[in-house]
Amino acid sequence: MFSSGPWLPDYIVDRLGGVLLPPSAVYSWLFLKIAANKLLVHVTPGHNIGLHTATSTPTSASRCTTSSIEVSPTKMWNLSRISFNNVQKSTRHSYAIPLTIFSLQNDSCFMRGFYTLNSQESGGLILPELLRNKSLLSPDCATAAKVMGHDSRVHFKVCEKNYSVTANSEPFDVAIIGGGMVGLALASALSSTPFTKHLNVAIVDPNPALGGSSYYIKNEIPGSRVSTVTPATISFLRDIGAWEHVKHQRHAFFDQMQVWDYTGLGYTRYCSRDVGKEYLGCVVENKVLCNSLLLSLQEKDFKKTIIPAKLTSMTVSSRSSSSGVSSGQSNTLDKSRTNNSEETAEPMHLQSLVRLELSDGQHIYSKLVVGADGAKSRVREMAGIKTTGWDYSQSGLICTVEHTGENHCAWQRFLPSGPIALLPIGDNFSNIVWTMSSNEANRHKLMSEDDFVKAVNYALDCGYGPHPQSNFLDNYIGRLPWGSGTTSIKESFQAPPKVIDVVSERMAFPLSLMHALEYSSSQFVLIGDAAHAVHPLAGQGVNLGFGDASTLTKVISEGISMGTDFADLALLKRYEKERKAANIPWMAILDGFQKAYSIDFGPINLLRAAALHGAQYIAPLKRNIVSYAMGEWNWPRFT
Amino acid sequence: MTWWIHRGLRRALVPRGLNSSSPLLRPPAASSPYFSSLQSRSQENAAPESGIGGSTSSKTASFRSSLNPTEVAKFAAIAETWWDSQGPFKPLHLMNPTRVSFIRSTLCRHFRKDPFSVRPFEGLKIIDVGCGGGILSEPLARMGATVTGIDAVEKNIKIADIHAALDPLTSSIEYHCTTAEEVVKENKKFDAVISLEVIEHVADPADFCKSLAALTVPKGATIISTINRSMRSYATAIIAAEYLLNWLPKGTHQWSRFLTPEELVLILERAGVSVQEMAGFVYNPLTGDWTLSDDTSVNFIAFGTKRNE
Repeated sequence: MFSSGPWLPDYIVDRLGGVLLPPSAVYSWLFLKIAANKLLVHVTPGHNIGLHTATSTPTSASRCTTSSIEVSPTKMWNLSRISFNNVQKSTRHSYAIPLTIFSLQNDSCFMRGFYTLNSQESGGLILPELLRNKSLLSPDCATAAKVMGHDSRVHFKVCEKNYSVTANSEPFDVAIIGGGMVGLALASALSSTPFTKHLNVAIVDPNPALGGSSYYIKNEIPGSRVSTVTPATISFLRDIGAWEHVKHQRHAFFDQMQVWDYTGLGYTRYCSRDVGKEYLGCVVENKVLCNSLLLSLQEKDFKKTIIPAKLTSMTVSSRSSSSGVSSGQSNTLDKSRTNNSEETAEPMHLQSLVRLELSDGQHIYSKLVVGADGAKSRVREMAGIKTTGWDYSQSGLICTVEHTGENHCAWQRFLPSGPIALLPIGDNFSNIVWTMSSNEANRHKLMSEDDFVKAVNYALDCGYGPHPQSNFLDNYIGRLPWGSGTTSIKESFQAPPKVIDVVSERMAFPLSLMHALEYSSSQFVLIGDAAHAVHPLAGQGVNLGFGDASTLTKVISEGISMGTDFADLALLKRYEKERKAANIPWMAILDGFQKAYSIDFGPINLLRAAALHGAQYIAPLKRNIVSYAMGEWNWPRFT
Repeated sequence: MTWWIHRGLRRALVPRGLNSSSPLLRPPAASSPYFSSLQSRSQENAAPESGIGGSTSSKTASFRSSLNPTEVAKFAAIAETWWDSQGPFKPLHLMNPTRVSFIRSTLCRHFRKDPFSVRPFEGLKIIDVGCGGGILSEPLARMGATVTGIDAVEKNIKIADIHAALDPLTSSIEYHCTTAEEVVKENKKFDAVISLEVIEHVADPADFCKSLAALTVPKGATIISTINRSMRSYATAIIAAEYLLNWLPKGTHQWSRFLTPEELVLILERAGVSVQEMAGFVYNPLTGDWTLSDDTSVNFIAFGTKRNE
């Protein structure tokens, strides 16, 4: 239907889903992806244009500068179409009419962007939802993609206009660098807590998808990038109002889990009813989570600004030594601000703030900088925080597969090269996370789909070793009076569902363990993958990140209720202490698992099998493991 | 209960430092190096000198200043380190959130303000007597109060001014290098008068309380925090804090200057303030934080309201 060149930004393809725009000399088409249902099109005085949508009859707008039309989203891609035609005959062959598009939502009016209606070009304009700020007054511009139709191909061109540099912009209280799941969760949590909802928050992320959002349709193929959220995370998301939106989009609860390895010596089945709960966790696509968090942010009356730019540098003024000291910071930060006498004197109150330079040329000031920008965090680098960790010489291969029948169980099998996990994602689809050496991962990524399906079935079911059986000793231990019934002890081993097709793109990522030695230094704090990166084998990575966001919000809220400066180092160290106590045991456990399962040696295999048997048949141990993995039990407990 | 009150009465009625009747209330080791300094200070008390600094030089000999020059000098020596949360004032920084939480809850209740609002003290005028570097004044200002901070040490005021100017929320705090008596003479009144960890460094606590009460509007609030004079506080605040843990420089506190809760209540009553609530601070060495509790045997804080005249 359309071809996309290598320079095509992915988000446009995603949103378009394959649209063919016919060339037209008379009409110009304007496709808008909007959440509002009313559009206001303001035409610069002096021009008369008519507006009509696909559903309404043409209305001529003679002599009026503003026409408003009702647009309703079309079915599949939530696009609306407005066409313009020049009602008044013009002697000139070409015209260029600048338009400003506003959208109305509830009682607010948002400026969406600019568009120049030009008779030379045919085709239409696709305006992604980029919103600089909600003001009707500021003449900021949006990035617009122009679509020109030729034959049956559609070419895209992205044109950027210069942004006006806003000097002396109002300083922000919190600048969240990185608008991924954890960064957005922090913003959303800050907006829902009573003591923090008055804060002025900036989210700095170049991804234009943050400009607006609507629900992802369930008919679409599920994306490859998914996360498992634990019940503790689900209650956090419910508190901040994002879970509502997730419920309207694709998600899959699972209440059973089976773990076994290739030697066939042992298996363990977990059921959520072991601990009296309804589900062990839920599998949600990453983009759905981001989307829901963004929607929950937009619903609230919260001062947030989404800045579509990348962070290039940070400067912190060096306060006098009477403030809290943090060593190792001076190397990477530019401290020349207060010492430089040639610079114009900065106002006193801006000196204690962090100055952030962004890639679009503007700079912003912020009291607290939160690094939520992933494992290769720039904020962490700029703050001079060291990390420890090592690379696993493994890569994780992820994709979505289809299988016969429905799946409500999470399956994980440890193979000699690494674990393969099958996570249900809804309908007949499941997500595969397969860890193996980097070369193997590459090979599997490139092999044909049929071969891959065969390899997956082999890995999940019959390959490498037999199915585990339970013996009389297990049955004896299982029948001991352990207390409250563990229903899963009685269940025998089941074979995982047979995969029939690969439906999404296969992606491979190198795996490593990373832990920042400190999560915070004066005025900076790290959350999510910027602070810790773990192996995906237990699906805990993003859950630890959400825990970070929740704890940081709680600590900031307590600080504000006691009148302390929330960028104070002592307060941030409290957050660090609490989160390290939660994250480090998890990282140690996951690393231990990864190492334990990477050795293929007889006695070690038997030890592992014995551990698996124990975990399966000894009920109290099983209950504790399930509670811990669900996030409902904090260990170690000091308070 | 009556035995405690009786003991406190005796303490309060007899001038400080000259009470030698009860052996229980003396520090145990009479031969300790501390004892001699106690004796020497009791003689000092009998003839109080006027304090250092220009603000008090105008006082006549008959007016007893609440300042004690040696105490003032102690604080002047470490003034730069006020805002170093790992420095000599670390225990104050650690304890501050707990004190602020008590002040917040009592003042919100007394003035009928919403405790869940971010700035509950909007419209309240508060004076922080003995503000030091402004450790208490800044949180109060962030909570919306109009704060005035006074301290006897000029250096402290300078440091406090500089630090408060860094944050636009706290730059409205007024700092003055003066004493409570001077402010009383200027006839200024405040909705709440707060003096934390000051009264144990003052020459005459009864007079000091009278000044604090004079600064409070009728039906206003007075909050005082200090350290109890008990065996446990000797072991904790003197021996452990000054000698073992090195939290405070040696000689920061004199045990005989500590007030028991009963004595504090009594002198406040005499000054016209009736104490409504009292709480203690307890330090948990495992987690390293302070909590409010009913245990007033070491640190305690008292909230009182000025009677309507």
